[in-house]
Amino acid sequence: MNTQELYQKTDAILARCGTEERSMIAVLQAVQEEYAYLPREVFPYLSQKMGLSEAHIYGVATFYENFSLEPKGKYVIKVCDGTACHVRKSIPILEKLRSELGLAEGRKTTDDQMFTVETVSCLGACGLAPALTVNGKVHPSMTPDKAVELIETLRREEA
Amino acid sequence: MIATRQELQSLREACMRAAKAESRKILVCAGTGCVSGGSLDIYAALKQKMEAKGIPCEVELAMDPHEDVVGLKKSGCHGFCEMGPLVRIEPQGWLYTKVSLADVDEIVERTMAKGEIVERLAYRQNGKIYEKQEEIPFYQKQTRKVLEHCGHIDADSIYEYISIGGYEAFEKALFDMSSDEIITQISDSGLRGRGGGGFPTGRKWTQVARQKATPKYVVCNGDEGDPGAFMDRSIMEGDPHRMIEGMMIAGVAVGAEDGYIYVRAEYPMAVARLSNAIAQAKKLGLLGENILGSGFNFNIHINQGAGAFVCGEGSALTASIEGKRGMPRVKPPRTVEHGLFDKPTVLNNVETFANVPTIIKAGAEEYRKIGTETSPGTKAFALTGNIVNTGLIEVPMGTTLREVIFDIGGGMRGGADFKAVQIGGPSGGCLTSAELDLPLDFDSLKKVGAMIGSGGLVVMDSHTCMVEVARFFMNFTQNESCGKCVPCREGTRRMLEILERIVAGKGREGDIDLLLELADTITNTALCGLGKTAAGPVVSTIKYFRDEYEAHIREKRCPAGACAKLRRIHIDPALCKGCSKCSRICPVGAISGTLKQPFVIDPEKCIKCGACIGTCPFHAIKED
Repeated sequence: MNTQELYQKTDAILARCGTEERSMIAVLQAVQEEYAYLPREVFPYLSQKMGLSEAHIYGVATFYENFSLEPKGKYVIKVCDGTACHVRKSIPILEKLRSELGLAEGRKTTDDQMFTVETVSCLGACGLAPALTVNGKVHPSMTPDKAVELIETLRREEA
Repeated sequence: MIATRQELQSLREACMRAAKAESRKILVCAGTGCVSGGSLDIYAALKQKMEAKGIPCEVELAMDPHEDVVGLKKSGCHGFCEMGPLVRIEPQGWLYTKVSLADVDEIVERTMAKGEIVERLAYRQNGKIYEKQEEIPFYQKQTRKVLEHCGHIDADSIYEYISIGGYEAFEKALFDMSSDEIITQISDSGLRGRGGGGFPTGRKWTQVARQKATPKYVVCNGDEGDPGAFMDRSIMEGDPHRMIEGMMIAGVAVGAEDGYIYVRAEYPMAVARLSNAIAQAKKLGLLGENILGSGFNFNIHINQGAGAFVCGEGSALTASIEGKRGMPRVKPPRTVEHGLFDKPTVLNNVETFANVPTIIKAGAEEYRKIGTETSPGTKAFALTGNIVNTGLIEVPMGTTLREVIFDIGGGMRGGADFKAVQIGGPSGGCLTSAELDLPLDFDSLKKVGAMIGSGGLVVMDSHTCMVEVARFFMNFTQNESCGKCVPCREGTRRMLEILERIVAGKGREGDIDLLLELADTITNTALCGLGKTAAGPVVSTIKYFRDEYEAHIREKRCPAGACAKLRRIHIDPALCKGCSKCSRICPVGAISGTLKQPFVIDPEKCIKCGACIGTCPFHAIKED
């Protein structure tokens, strides 16, 4: 981790969002936008700049589902397991993606840092169930087969 | 920049003239659903093709009206997501469904150049072709009031909103009404909070207006976290100004100068549309200081959530805006006294605010003409699950479930029988065929132990296991429990454990009573709404489907054939043709065999997901 760069980027974020406590979530979101996760080095720095204890900031970061303290893959795949997707069989899609990528419940990111597979409780795209997103882009009416095709397409693009 | 009331009025006239001049329009749906189906590419292709053909088209509402221009718009969600991408043609009112890039040429050449309908793109049901959107059964039975403009105007243009009478209600509230008069109208209209609780909005506003402490705040709850609900998302994306106008009226009524919109992070498009709408309103001078020279100041800020369902609860939501962990606190004091930054706060949901301009404009009496005595107005519902027409609908309060599911929803998908509908998400309950004629309003639902909630309706057919549904919701609530109070933190975990063992075939005698006892304790002692309602799905499924629980516990059998661990799946060698289709769909590689020979399932590897059953063309895969 290049801390100098992290501090510079964080300074820019703080200048934009503000250093009051009320900006906390926006600041963490902006840092995560840059790095796709929250590097541990950012906590002491934010503590100093925002005048809040590290524990307090860590408490906020770990409370919310969307903040990750682990680096994620280049492609973050979120399989929706909201009610509508669940009743239209989203779990076989998740299982298929995991087996295709060698992932499991506690292992969300591939070793080559290419793919992260997680579930999300509802994307609000219930009319398109079952749905998943790849880096925020919604893919509607998925099946296990279509999910594999999607992975293959992404792999081809990378090759 | 408009600085006076007169300038707003002349701008409105100019916008109306401009809208009228655009006699022909193509509206491409740019809601989340249609965008994922490629509607933005269709939009770009239409633009290119029309320009190539020399048909003048305007993307922006042109302020100097000229004849024969075609308006090409990106609209908000039509709600008929199942049939997307959707393209609406005006003035004919035609709706083209499942449009693809390949259809663009024909649309331009026939519809735009010659005014002919492309019949194959029109909606069909039971062999009948429906040309006009309003004639389609899905729309015909609806009463679209809050959603009236969703899909019919460009969601990214404040001028279009003004052209259909936007900000007229705000203007009226600001100049012609006193704070008391506004609140009286809202109270008399009988508007009740659309976020779930159904608390009278007028009473809330009265309480905030009465507070001495300043500043006061207006907060909009756009943290629509219920799985299976997307009404608020569609309003924020499809008609953002309407909701903003509602917030501004609330600001005038209670004397607040700052508004906050809390939107969940899963709705990036809603955030983008709202940000754009706020920037436009600010630029025009409808937000900011000394609005229209009235001396009234109002600004709106957007806060993005970070993935915590509990933040939909009022005090957790305000804590989250303050930059803290989103945990609820003990009430009273209520949000109306000690809300955001410990100040008096009006906290309403998106749909509630979207109702406000209509009430102010048309008056309370007019508003009450729709809906029931105690629940006036309409309600938007997200219709999902095993139903033919999934999507977003709006009906008068008091419409029956039967009309919603069978008339609008088109009945059950795949011909299976209706079993139940889950209403109100993880806080609600289920309703069965016995309640099909129950009117959908706040009080009728409360009587049968369900709630409108935010308005998610998940329809389930006979293949859905109700014990598994209860487990699913308990798993969700348990995950989202913030951990502050013991009944919710510990109680939901214990309930989940029991449900997990029941669906795994390890249920014990007495488990049902234990579940009910825990449910009773959590409901009575939890700190916030999330905990108090967490047991809802369990209690209501036990009430209506106790026999299913008993079959799981005593006979280790799932009557719906859905519980994976209680399933035994095998391939009938007499029927299997060895096509290998099942082995390709199997997510865990449990099916193997040689082509043209019967395949076999390895029961050790099989996770009993059932994916193979549906895929076999010879119906050779069976369950015991």
